[in-house]
Amino acid sequence: MTSAPAVPQTARYTWGGDEFLFVEIAEDMSLAANFKANAMATLLGEEDIAGVTDICPANASLLIRFDPDVVPPSELESAVRALEDQVVHASSRVLETRVIEVPVWYDDPYTNETGARFRKGHQRPEGNDLDFAAEENNLESAAEFIRRHHESAWLVSMVGFVAGLPFMFQIVPQEEQLEVPKYLSPRTDTPALTVGHGGCFACIYSVRGAGGYQMFGIAAAPIFDPAQRLEDFRDFMIFFRPGDIVKFRPVEEAEYLDIQAQVEAGAYRYRQAPVTFDLERALDNPAQYNKDIMEQLNGV
Amino acid sequence: MAFNILEPGLATTVQDRGRPGYYNVGIPQGGAMDQLSAEMANSLVGNTGTEAVLECTYIGPKLVSDEDAVVAVTGAPVEVKINDVVQEQWARLQLRAGDQLSFGMLSGGTRYYIAVQGGIDVPSVLGSRSTYTLGAMGGFNGRALQAGDTVPVGAQHTPYDDVPSPARVDEAERPAFDREVTVRVLPGLYDHRLTEDGLSTLLSAEWTLTPVADRMGLRYAGPELSWKPRQQPFGAGSDPSNIVDAGYAVGSIQVPGGKEPIILHRDAVSGGGYAMVATVISADMDLLARSAPGTTTAFRSVSMDEALQARREMNERRARIWEWAR
Repeated sequence: MTSAPAVPQTARYTWGGDEFLFVEIAEDMSLAANFKANAMATLLGEEDIAGVTDICPANASLLIRFDPDVVPPSELESAVRALEDQVVHASSRVLETRVIEVPVWYDDPYTNETGARFRKGHQRPEGNDLDFAAEENNLESAAEFIRRHHESAWLVSMVGFVAGLPFMFQIVPQEEQLEVPKYLSPRTDTPALTVGHGGCFACIYSVRGAGGYQMFGIAAAPIFDPAQRLEDFRDFMIFFRPGDIVKFRPVEEAEYLDIQAQVEAGAYRYRQAPVTFDLERALDNPAQYNKDIMEQLNGV
Repeated sequence: MAFNILEPGLATTVQDRGRPGYYNVGIPQGGAMDQLSAEMANSLVGNTGTEAVLECTYIGPKLVSDEDAVVAVTGAPVEVKINDVVQEQWARLQLRAGDQLSFGMLSGGTRYYIAVQGGIDVPSVLGSRSTYTLGAMGGFNGRALQAGDTVPVGAQHTPYDDVPSPARVDEAERPAFDREVTVRVLPGLYDHRLTEDGLSTLLSAEWTLTPVADRMGLRYAGPELSWKPRQQPFGAGSDPSNIVDAGYAVGSIQVPGGKEPIILHRDAVSGGGYAMVATVISADMDLLARSAPGTTTAFRSVSMDEALQARREMNERRARIWEWAR
């Protein structure tokens, strides 16, 4: 991935009022920037600094909420800069994480119906969001775009926007990354579990609501379960964590409905396996690394 | 005991001090938008300040208490009625079993608060009773109240006449609900992406709060702000107001496309791809919650030291509410 943008040696520190410290790792998105943001967030969590209430790693930045009555801003900044130094000088860049298979019904009627309602004012009023995405990426058809979408793995680079929504970054060389502009004007409605895409990021909308990402399909199983009914949500109502690796698997209507029935019965579990994510290997040979990761899921 | 909801009002939700600690997974802090008013209501009924209250927006509920209850209404100026008889706002009230609490029209501001002794007793979710409607969690069944709801209320521990707190909030201590406000902001985050002219316009122009204002954020009308042209970073999106999606500070101001700044409030989305250029200081967040659409607003730039000084003053003001409890 030689064309990936370089991550500046030192992050940019700036304040979001008197309760937020914002650390911009890099202006450009890259696996390396995301890795650094998450590594700093993990270390900061371990430090357990009094007065730090929220540690929010994002794609290429880190947002920290603090109580300035407990920890003065300058003291917090010094502490975080020291952590940054540790991360920059760490010898190995690996992440103990998991790979998860996410069944998706691509080109489904739910997102197509919603897309049709918001067609006026879309970049490409004819066809659907998949047709637009294929055209934007110089691919011959929507089917080809779908193949490219589920063929490679994605790294959850950030969780947020609304409760439990994962932003995902494709683990492929930058020139192969799927990029699609967001809607020109955001929709007021998006079905829950819509698989969306904006810029270089994929997402899964955890709840129904407004959204500006193009819509490609619908995930079959929940990713946010406030009632914590399903086994995967026993510890926490939110499924995804930064660093998770996602493999989309295309399903058709019959299997989609079957999974829905399993969810209804409280029996559904995501297929998943532990994996060690090695940043250097991912950067050196993304294509091969992708295959290696996928193999972890075999036999699960 | 419980409140039986005859009419729900426009958007009445259960709120408390909020739900910190889950912003990293997109669950917002929530909590009463106008914390100071909510806290004063809790004080009036003899609560501790952590109890949940009802937040009413423009049009309040019509409700009946099934037992005697000590209540108070604070916040935006509104006619408060018990059995259709007008009552004092910012004062402790006795609601008898079967009494009906209702409201007239607002004469300013946006939100008012109903506190009841013992608090609104919905289950605590992730450490808070606040309603997060988008995630359908917390509060009363994760949603705004509806007609026919039976909203649980905590036990009444102190009779009306024995409540040790002051029975009314002095006029001088009550927050103002003005049509013109000055909101202090700390420039930062991505302010360097605006042109010099763009930033000075933000900090000197007269802004008007639009009707697009809710618990997530408030949108302001005013002049267009210009961004520095640049080659956009990879993954950021094509507009100069776009950044690679990042965490959003609560109170931060974003200016999508350079038009109509949006200030995020307590139910903020936790992140997104618009550059933030300044953040409202913590001491002034309640001011936004009190603004009604049409409010003329100026954003005044302050330093971190000034923001911290304002925060100390706000902490002292909040401490004064609870002097009786010490």
